[in-house]
Amino acid sequence: MDRIKGVELSGAQIVVRCLQEEGVEYVFGYPGGAVLFIYDELFKQDKVRHVLVRHEQGAAHAADGYSRSSKKVGVCLVTSGPGVTNAVTGIATAYMDSIPMVVLTGQVPTHAIGQDAFQECDAVGITRPCVKHNFLVKDVKDLATTIKKAFYLAQSGRPGPVLVDIPKDVTTQLCEFQYPDVVAMRSYNPVKKGHAGQIKKAVQLLLESERPMVYTGGGVVLSNAAPQLRALVQQLGLPCTNTLMGLGAYPGTDRQFLGMLGMHGTYQANMAMQHCDVLLAIGARFDDRVIGNPAHFAQNPRKIIHIDVDPSSISKRVRVDVPIVGNIPDVLDDVLKLLKDHKPLAIEPWWKQIEAWRARDCLRFDRTSKIIKPQFVLEKLYEVTGGEAIVTSDVGQHQMWAAQFYKFDRPRQWINSGGLGTMGFGLPAAMGAQLANPGATVACVTGESSIQMCLQELSTCKQYRLPIKIVNLNNRYMGMVRQWQQFFHGNRYSESYMDALPDFVKLAEGYGHRGVLIEKPADVEPALRDAFKRKDELVFLDFLTDQAENVYPMVPGGKGITEMILSEEL
Amino acid sequence: MRHIISILVENEAGALSRISNMFSARGYNIESLTVAPTEDASMSRMTVVTVGSEDVIEQITKQLNKLVEVVKVVDLSEAEHIEREMMLIKVRAGAKEREDMKRMADIFRGRIIDVSDNTYTIELTGEGRKLDAFIQALDQGAIIETVRTGASGIGRGNRVLRV
Repeated sequence: MDRIKGVELSGAQIVVRCLQEEGVEYVFGYPGGAVLFIYDELFKQDKVRHVLVRHEQGAAHAADGYSRSSKKVGVCLVTSGPGVTNAVTGIATAYMDSIPMVVLTGQVPTHAIGQDAFQECDAVGITRPCVKHNFLVKDVKDLATTIKKAFYLAQSGRPGPVLVDIPKDVTTQLCEFQYPDVVAMRSYNPVKKGHAGQIKKAVQLLLESERPMVYTGGGVVLSNAAPQLRALVQQLGLPCTNTLMGLGAYPGTDRQFLGMLGMHGTYQANMAMQHCDVLLAIGARFDDRVIGNPAHFAQNPRKIIHIDVDPSSISKRVRVDVPIVGNIPDVLDDVLKLLKDHKPLAIEPWWKQIEAWRARDCLRFDRTSKIIKPQFVLEKLYEVTGGEAIVTSDVGQHQMWAAQFYKFDRPRQWINSGGLGTMGFGLPAAMGAQLANPGATVACVTGESSIQMCLQELSTCKQYRLPIKIVNLNNRYMGMVRQWQQFFHGNRYSESYMDALPDFVKLAEGYGHRGVLIEKPADVEPALRDAFKRKDELVFLDFLTDQAENVYPMVPGGKGITEMILSEEL
Repeated sequence: MRHIISILVENEAGALSRISNMFSARGYNIESLTVAPTEDASMSRMTVVTVGSEDVIEQITKQLNKLVEVVKVVDLSEAEHIEREMMLIKVRAGAKEREDMKRMADIFRGRIIDVSDNTYTIELTGEGRKLDAFIQALDQGAIIETVRTGASGIGRGNRVLRV
């Protein structure tokens, strides 16, 4: 227990000491009236480094990207009122994807709360539906314990963002500092081990199956269970698919990997999901973008085993036969123990069927085009970076192409807003990822619409010399909106075309970066090669891509996952 | 189906809001909700009456358990239980109606707890259905005001909900 006997610290000093105790490297934030004392204390030390963003949404996304790429808790610090409301989109983004984050927010002094004071907002009220938990600290004596609880809650069980609202007067009050070693909460005891009987049942089902399928989501990445997943899938010779959030948990280049599933999943992954007889779902939640219409999904009989740390994810949209609540690595360790040295399953006919589906080559695109095809850019990005880059993305068509064409072999290599679908996420998330992985190659795949939603962060990138490579797939449309309008709204492209786009090259230059415009397919690879050679520079690559290209396959909203629209090229 | 769910929750600011918020955000029904501290002042007990299919009720209990401040959740309707609700009802009781109203209150084992020249206020406790029946039994024009607490419930016999 760290205790400074007799010495009293101010609330602001306590906040900074707590961050130091937690080993926090970076705090992403933006100062303001209510947090001035905390900023003053940050100034006086150099253990915890502060990254000054240009908008609080950027702070939350950067802390989020930092966490996703590093297994650590992301921390952000914003002021009261607009500081909080600006951060809400970022907090909700982290919440939907279960990202461990601690958000410290300034609040008006306790005596002013409820008085409609300047820059006052009900931070805990506003964020209640989009945090795992939140606290308002009204007494400096509770400050250290509350921050400890926040870090504990954020990373245990099903992770998520936790907000601590700190009134300005609390930051000036004095109190002896004591950072607790452990937190005990009678109301919060996340499960670790799975139920032994259920695990045995699951193993039996798997071993008896003729058409098994493994479907995993973000939970495997978040719980660091990729090694166990690989061991299991490889030992039994199972086919495996990952959700958008789960990519990288199983190597994208392995033959047993069927690609991503879901609305823009591969033909083989979606067909195998529908036609398997035993489905092992791990850290996934059968959401609408993944299994489409649950009634259609239920048409084919299959036994479902579902491993998840959050019981409320189980049997939420789809009835499960063998639920296993527990920490995924622990449960999979138990599964592997039961398997001992079991041989691969004899499921050749099933693999033959899968290979026939795979032979449809559903991601094929026109390689003879004179206009740059977005898929081609992603393919080249994969080649040029040797599959080693950390790739962040914004939201829309480019996100789906990145997920389809960049083969992620490692977990935490692919960072995107899968749940909330937040445009503007990509660039600030890349900042967090670059700071967490200083030597790594970080690419932000984006579109001309998404990038403009948090564009101001180009300035932050300059200040901290973050050599991110921005791959802007510029088709002058909100591509995914345009695609839906083409398919389902009679080609009426209502407000999805953006006129008066900025000159991105000049814009990048204006922020002190390098900008490059690429208009021809032949220039794609050289431009990428040149950009990724520049280890100390942010390069904004503006690719003018085919305006009419669509993401295929596509399962229309509300349809079953095998009711796919395939490319005209097929 | 109607379910009555008991919740033990940390007696902290915002706990009630977190719970009611979860119901509204996920589109679940609340027919009634009561809350008050228990013998242990650090904890409150809440009773929620809700309606939903088995799947929905399962989700409700899971989502309640997921809330950090919730200590325990029990679906009382899964087994034998008792529930009670209290109503205060102010009725017209002028010279003409006075005797009838008193008799009606007696039949339902209500107690008259306030009297004025032309009103009675009757306290009535029982299951919700009994309170409904009392309201039905009265001349509707005689009812001036009603206030009900919503149901509180407890398991029968050895069935207990505590930490």
